[in-house]
Amino acid sequence: MAEKRLMYGNHAIVEGVLAAGCRFFAGYPITPQNEIPEYMSIRMNEVGGVFIQTESEIAAINMLFGAAAAGKRAMTSSSSPGISLMQEGISYIAGADIPVLVVNVIRGGPGLGNIAPAQSDYYQATRGGGHGDYFTITLAPNSAQELFEFPKLAFELAEKYRNPALILADGLLGQMMEPVEFSYDPVDPTTLPEPSYALSGCQGRDRRVVRSYDLKPGKLEEWNWRRHAKYQHIMEKEQRAQAADCDDAELVIVAYGTSARVSSAAARMAREKGYKVGLLRPITLWPFPKNALAELSNKVEYFLVVEMNLGQMVEDVKLATECKNKIHFHGRPGGGVPTPHEIYEKIETILGGSS
Amino acid sequence: MTKEIIIAGFGGQGIVSSGIILGYAGMLENKNVTFFPSYGAEMRGGTANCSVVISSEPVASPIVAYPDILIIMNEPSLARFEPMLKPGGIFFYNKTLIKSHPKRDDITVLAIEANAIAEELGQGRIANMVMLGALVKKTDILKLETLKKAQRERFVKASSEQLSLNDKALERGSELY
Amino acid sequence: MKQIFGRPAGLTDVLQRYCPGCGHGIVHRIIGELLVKLGIRERAVGIAPVGCSVFADEYFNCDMIQPPHGRGPAVSTGIKRSRPDCIVFSYQGDGDLAAIGTAEIIHAASRNENITVIFINNAIFGMTGGQMAPTTLPGMKSTTSVQGRNIKKQGYPIKVCELLAGLDGPYYLVRTSVHDPKNIIKTEKALKNAFGNQIAKNGFSLVEILSMCPTNWGMTPVQSKRWIGDTMMKYFPLGEYRNRAKEEK
Repeated sequence: MAEKRLMYGNHAIVEGVLAAGCRFFAGYPITPQNEIPEYMSIRMNEVGGVFIQTESEIAAINMLFGAAAAGKRAMTSSSSPGISLMQEGISYIAGADIPVLVVNVIRGGPGLGNIAPAQSDYYQATRGGGHGDYFTITLAPNSAQELFEFPKLAFELAEKYRNPALILADGLLGQMMEPVEFSYDPVDPTTLPEPSYALSGCQGRDRRVVRSYDLKPGKLEEWNWRRHAKYQHIMEKEQRAQAADCDDAELVIVAYGTSARVSSAAARMAREKGYKVGLLRPITLWPFPKNALAELSNKVEYFLVVEMNLGQMVEDVKLATECKNKIHFHGRPGGGVPTPHEIYEKIETILGGSS
Repeated sequence: MTKEIIIAGFGGQGIVSSGIILGYAGMLENKNVTFFPSYGAEMRGGTANCSVVISSEPVASPIVAYPDILIIMNEPSLARFEPMLKPGGIFFYNKTLIKSHPKRDDITVLAIEANAIAEELGQGRIANMVMLGALVKKTDILKLETLKKAQRERFVKASSEQLSLNDKALERGSELY
Repeated sequence: MKQIFGRPAGLTDVLQRYCPGCGHGIVHRIIGELLVKLGIRERAVGIAPVGCSVFADEYFNCDMIQPPHGRGPAVSTGIKRSRPDCIVFSYQGDGDLAAIGTAEIIHAASRNENITVIFINNAIFGMTGGQMAPTTLPGMKSTTSVQGRNIKKQGYPIKVCELLAGLDGPYYLVRTSVHDPKNIIKTEKALKNAFGNQIAKNGFSLVEILSMCPTNWGMTPVQSKRWIGDTMMKYFPLGEYRNRAKEEK
């Protein structure tokens, strides 16, 4: 077994990013993700990478655009208000078909909100977030271990599809400490091939142009249709979800990240009381794991969607199940974190008398 | 077996480091652990608390709403956390600094002269170690030797004198039970 | 027959879509020539702005990127830090650099980022149709200041070289013009210095170039050249505002 370390979620992200072979970070301080740039500044110095504390999140995302267009793995992290500022850049990056990694350690909103854990940026993450027709590959880890592992997965998916990738964490996952197993050999960045689009000087080859515009009549429409085909392919091939105790379940909780952790405690309590409750945890939020939901919708009567917001993913659950089932929602907005007890009570209300 | 613990007190009483030592020791004994501190603006108010879960199963929620065990290091935390303790739970509190007494009668209350013992050893700030020593002896959740190993591995910058003193404080705490 | 004049290899064989009398073509040509003369074309990465010269990504015969409005200095930073051997230049207009991109240019300059910035100041928003720019002169008419820029309501023009000269960071700041041959030659020298500084790893260089926009100024090309010499240069004095190379000597 590989070495295990007790680590903050925010530090696990940093180690995961470095182990993925990324040597470029640009970002701006914002709670609750400050441990990422702080620790990154130390670690990038140790490994000879680039760390830039920027004048704004706008500058940060555009530095990523430059570094990634130059063919390098590049990442930034921020929290909700900062991610909003980055949307212009993410739209351009998506429009130029360039892979980058953006980590959003979500906090309560809207506005300045608070610094408590939240999941209220689900729409923003899964609907593109900025202007234009595009999607970002969105991963939702729920442990320090996954915070370590997902940066590599995110870079691989981003590069495979030439598309920005997001990791959605929250204040709780970032501030929590858990044992992390360094489960794979670190990627040596010098072994990563130069991508076909990389701006590196045109010696011995045709010049390359990275851009997101095309003013020639009909060309941008064609370009968008090609991107549509890519999105369809991703939606078909890259759905990820984890199912627990769903086989005999009468009710399946659908939750990701922190709310999935809390929900698993509630599911355990319900099982102890004899209720047949399972948990489906979406790991990719875009593409949404609709196949797993569609399959469950044929055998499960009730779904309970638990989110730390006013109800965003619940719409995707309704779409995936084609509203065949009785779909309930339990949400805590504004930095509220549900307790296992309140979720259990909701389960009891739904299933009361049926077991 | 799952034990959910909240440690609370003033900033500077080693609340966060106690939680980390406990979590780290749990990891050394191959248990599943989580540690979750209060953070950000909450920290600036001078109070600190953290949740530690130690379990033989994967830890579901790292947030502890109803702890099995409370370690209370200062007066304001007593009133705040006492109602949260599970019936039958164990309430350790720092008698040296806390004048009031828990009111509930459905819990086990253990008053510990943590700061007095620490001062006796020559250093007030190791009161947290006295508490941890008492905790593991009373509850058997972890071995005292693991805690000693944990503090040595986590406090990498501490002098060998300090590490020995921490060991002594852990022992003194454990000798109370 | 020996060819003595032609398109420099630093420019693509594409018809440039600038208006008659526009200054962009002159500056493009100088850069296109320098990319070859300095032997840097094959390691150059250029940044095109948003504005009339957005099409610069088609015109410069080297690797190019077209980022969001005003963010050229940030994108340049990302490229330069990732590939220090590349020669990175950001080509920007006055809306791009002195309005929406103010933060990015100030901080790139303050970090003394080892890049070359070419700043075209024509005192107007060109592509969007002649709106007031941060560099529009007091009293000057634009489609959003039809009575002339009123300094009481619309404030004063931003003098970028003077502003950046207040920072310790930048290595080279200079203002030139392309309204006559003498000044075009000076502009070429300034741009040569600006690229040379980057090659020598000296740090941040910015060349602010006063440039004609006859279309949006409502003038003929000849009138607009005269207007720079008679009016614009009085408000935006030409010359070096920072030259660490000279200070160090």
